[in-house]
Amino acid sequence: MNLGLSNVRAMIAGDSQADRVVPPSGFTARLTVFAAAAMAFLAVFALALSLASGRLAARWGDELARSATIRIVAPLDQRAAQTDAALRVLETWRGVASARALTDAEQQALLAPWFGPELALDSLPVPRLIELISEPEGFDAAGLRLRLAAEVPGAVLDDHSRWREPLVAAASRLRLLGWLSTLLIAATMAAIVTLAANAALSANAQVIAVLRLVGATDGYIARAFIRRFTLRALAGATLGMLVGGAAVWLLPSAASEAGFLTGLGIEGWRWLLLLLIPLLAAAVAFGATGAAARRTLKELE
Amino acid sequence: MIELENVAYSYGGGELLSDISLKLAAGSFHFLTGPSGTGKTTLLKLCYGALLPTAGHVRLFDRDVRGLERDDIAMMRRRIGVVHQDVKFLDHMPLSDNVSLPLTVSGRHAEAAGADLDELMSWVGLTSRMQALPPELSGGERQRAALARAVIMSPDVVLADEPTGNIDWEMSQRLLRLLIELNRMGKTVLIATHDLSLIRATKAHVQARVLRIANRRLQLAGADL
Ligand SMILES: Nc1ncnc2c1ncn2[C@@H]1O[C@H](COP(=O)(O)OP(=O)(O)OP(=O)(O)O)[C@@H](O)[C@H]1O
Ligand SMILES: [Mg+2]
Repeated sequence: MNLGLSNVRAMIAGDSQADRVVPPSGFTARLTVFAAAAMAFLAVFALALSLASGRLAARWGDELARSATIRIVAPLDQRAAQTDAALRVLETWRGVASARALTDAEQQALLAPWFGPELALDSLPVPRLIELISEPEGFDAAGLRLRLAAEVPGAVLDDHSRWREPLVAAASRLRLLGWLSTLLIAATMAAIVTLAANAALSANAQVIAVLRLVGATDGYIARAFIRRFTLRALAGATLGMLVGGAAVWLLPSAASEAGFLTGLGIEGWRWLLLLLIPLLAAAVAFGATGAAARRTLKELE
Repeated sequence: MIELENVAYSYGGGELLSDISLKLAAGSFHFLTGPSGTGKTTLLKLCYGALLPTAGHVRLFDRDVRGLERDDIAMMRRRIGVVHQDVKFLDHMPLSDNVSLPLTVSGRHAEAAGADLDELMSWVGLTSRMQALPPELSGGERQRAALARAVIMSPDVVLADEPTGNIDWEMSQRLLRLLIELNRMGKTVLIATHDLSLIRATKAHVQARVLRIANRRLQLAGADL
């Protein structure tokens, strides 16, 4: 039996007469459409999860890696001097693109959630914060730490790696799980279509026998079934993809990377990836029905 | 066209048919008779490749059936029209579509709805039943439809298994005339029947050989008809 390109072409071109030789069967049809819709719906979320965790991994791994903080912990009267000394070191340090001390207002804003807006910073031994951005190739953090220890005793360099690394690892793992889920969804879809196609084939054993007697080839009979299941999977998956896509679209969005759960959205051109879901579902149904038909047609008679 | 050489067949028990040799030459007309259960239907099935012989050789259009691929068998069935004793249709499609099914499955859609279909349906007296579903048909109507379906492809060979079993005398004469007509056009015809009067009625119109299965073997029946 040949289920190659010519069959794909014949299938897409359609053969209304060939379609009718197999009676419309209610329950396998509904089963396939429903399964395809449900799987596509799930696939949208798996895809969104993969994309979002990929995005987070990139942000935490790349953008945050380029920023670091220096705390100047010093008595009130030395704080300004030490801050200036630290900034001077940073100015010449290789790999540091820019460095600046946060203003009082900025620090006040950082602390406001905990201490309220009326905080008088200059009367409190609050560390002064310096934010530094590195060049893309990074800077020598260990060397900088030594140099600061020698020249600015109150300076503590925090390059965020302590909390960043596990987050990046988690995000990467999450992305892997997302792709794995997508794969499992495709496999489940194949299993369901195989079951439905087998049920349809055995329910139509009589029809197949008649078709054989009048000279139908296995390929012709298989196509009648394949076409059906492929179109059903395509229709169901399109529906599921649209509903799932709408659900993701309507998720409340958050701009900051802190909003991990709300950051599940899909961005820009990546929405086009959703179109792959129905196509993939159709391809899976095509393959699964073809395999089921090849097997069953050989067993029958 | 169809050639059996020292063919034997058994369904698993004892041999039902033994040492059968038969040659259906192009344009020949055969009857096959014998009491019920002697293996007429079985012999026909051997003749269109539905059964493989347990011994000996069956050649369809000069090809041994044992060497045929599944698709080859499908192609053979387009050249050999069969009227089955227990004819089966696609119950969800109207009769006209069932009769033209051989054309449909071989990709000849245009002809499937053509004038030949109308003419054929009128010949077998089913014009008014074209839109009926097969389960709504009487036994005789089914057999007439079976004959129409068997010949719609204008096959080289027509094998008919009790084509007139449920049919009144007048209609069976009509069906017989259709088969004789096809034979005159050069088609090979084999009719299995235990209705000897049918055979006698044909004698005047066509040169037919009458074969009989007796004691598991094929004999040429003679003057006793
Ligand atoms: N699939 C089968 N498996 C086992 N035995 C079978 C099978 N088909 C037919 N037989 C047996 O083989 C014998 C011949 O059957 P067949 O149908 O060829 O007879 P027939 O001559 O056509 O009879 P009738 O005139 O009643 O149609 C019968 O005894 C039947 O019971
Ligand atoms: Mg019989």
